[in-house]
Amino acid sequence: MSKLAEHLPILQVVVPLLAALLCALLRRGSLAWALALAVSWIMPVIAILLLQRVLDGGVISYRLGGWAPPWGIEYRVDLLSAFVLVLVTVVGAAIMPFARRSVAHEIEGDKQAWFYTMYLLCLTGLLGITVTGDAFNIFVFLEISSLSTYVLIAMGKDRRALLAAYQYLIVGTIGATFYVIGVGLLYLVTGSLNIVDIAARLAPAAAETSRPVFAALAFLTVGVSLKLALFPLHVWLPGAYAHAPSVATAFLAGTATKVAVYVLLRLIFSIFGVAIAFDTLPVSEVLLTLSVAAMFIASILAVFETDVKRVLAYSSLGQIGYITLGIGLANVPGLTGGIVHLFNHALMKTALFMSLGAIVYRIGTIKLADLAGIGRQMPLTMAVFVVGGLALVGVPGTAGFVSKWYLAVGAFDRGWWPLVFLILVTSLIAVVYVGRVVEVAWFREPSSFAAGAKDPPLSMLLPMLALAAATIYFGIDTEASAAIARRVAEGLIGGLK
Amino acid sequence: MRYVNEFAQHYNYIVTIFLMVAGLYVVIARGNMIKKLIGLSIFQTSVYLLYIEPAKILGGTAPILDPAYKVYSNPLPHVLILTAIVVGVATLALGLALVVRIDEAYGTIEEDEIFEREGDA
Repeated sequence: MSKLAEHLPILQVVVPLLAALLCALLRRGSLAWALALAVSWIMPVIAILLLQRVLDGGVISYRLGGWAPPWGIEYRVDLLSAFVLVLVTVVGAAIMPFARRSVAHEIEGDKQAWFYTMYLLCLTGLLGITVTGDAFNIFVFLEISSLSTYVLIAMGKDRRALLAAYQYLIVGTIGATFYVIGVGLLYLVTGSLNIVDIAARLAPAAAETSRPVFAALAFLTVGVSLKLALFPLHVWLPGAYAHAPSVATAFLAGTATKVAVYVLLRLIFSIFGVAIAFDTLPVSEVLLTLSVAAMFIASILAVFETDVKRVLAYSSLGQIGYITLGIGLANVPGLTGGIVHLFNHALMKTALFMSLGAIVYRIGTIKLADLAGIGRQMPLTMAVFVVGGLALVGVPGTAGFVSKWYLAVGAFDRGWWPLVFLILVTSLIAVVYVGRVVEVAWFREPSSFAAGAKDPPLSMLLPMLALAAATIYFGIDTEASAAIARRVAEGLIGGLK
Repeated sequence: MRYVNEFAQHYNYIVTIFLMVAGLYVVIARGNMIKKLIGLSIFQTSVYLLYIEPAKILGGTAPILDPAYKVYSNPLPHVLILTAIVVGVATLALGLALVVRIDEAYGTIEEDEIFEREGDA
């Protein structure tokens, strides 16, 4: 057992990768689903074991193939990566039981096994990005997850899904290529690809005036921002979320952008460090401006959408703004808020998109007008939506409140009280777009679509209810997630001063 | 004379940057989906050059432990780019496959014509 425990980091990548291969060979949708479900339930166990070990014994360094870093590829699990691993695997575990009926409903029989193959590859990529300590390895995993994501999106029923997948492919590839250019420049300067080694070789005094290092930071930040859909680079996201199959949307909304944010945190805090990113270059100012723009513009766009999936997609853009706001604040409470929101937003957005998936499963549409009266027909499904919506707004007692509280404290600490006011205002805009859907769903006479609908089967209902319950739980027991996030934030800011 | 010298010394980087910008320009400026993918490929290829150029030493051999050879090229960037080439090929193949499907669904691969038909996509 202890022998196996040493190899936990690599299992996070190898298990889903091999399962993906098997899935492709199985060809039968239901068999592939069973395998994907088994893997999705094993992964969080491994991730939680890793988190436990990191909490007890500090950073885990795993030598791939026994080669010592910095020459070999090092898998490095610290508190931040363990936290993100748990987040990604838990979202995967919640979605898979839900997936069988939803996928069977939305995707043709002979393509279902491919769907699960792509899902497992995407999981491999996302977990690989999180677990590796090698800058070029991140690129490879980034492309594994991206390529499978394009396929997942293209499997949507509507022909516009193809268009959304194509647009995301172009933008995503530009983003990944920018990332490689950045890594290449860093390699030219430092001669290393190991993240810890690069950081050590970028001696602050020399690096602060080095133009290639600045260019590398710019390329890396822009590349990753394309992936995480930071405000002006977000165009691909609403279309991709709106037209992808429901299960894919729920999974991507909960994990893909979050892992991209993780890479941004790694770049800014672990590679370049506070001195270069915040003291020499105006990364903080740029991030704050773009985050506030995202919070406002995306939230306002969400108010005017009539497709509920698009409403939530725009809301995701706004919520990503809160997360990057926390990074831009660059102090412990602000960063804690950003990291907690990473976790909380994954929970609530996955629950929200799953409730939409359940509605699609029952009535086949998610146009706002067609949802009239659906609340009375599918009370539990819409209850999940309401809980998720309240958490988006940041109502006390939900997880969203905790993150916004920390962000506000972070802004106060900096003395930027107008920012606190802006956080409040954007929350009020969220009231409007969530309220619109809730009003239509609960207080109107049932539309012809909604009339005969009822709550979905338990296999779909239970995962949604579990996530909604978690959203409330982490809103009340604020120490559970925020305590880890604070330790992560302190580590990121303190470790590299 | 100084500028000529500078140019000659950085000639390889100038080619790389030119390819990079040209590729990116094609992706942005063209509406034809195949041409966009060609631009994307040129853009990606320029990055291969960015990695390979500094790694190659004139007269250098592969790093073989033999007293006969003293000057080596750095093998690591070559290996990295081998990986990047595979990624690039996979991306291009998937992109082309999507274009085929788009052509079947819409009957055109011109972006503006498709947007005209969809309105909101």
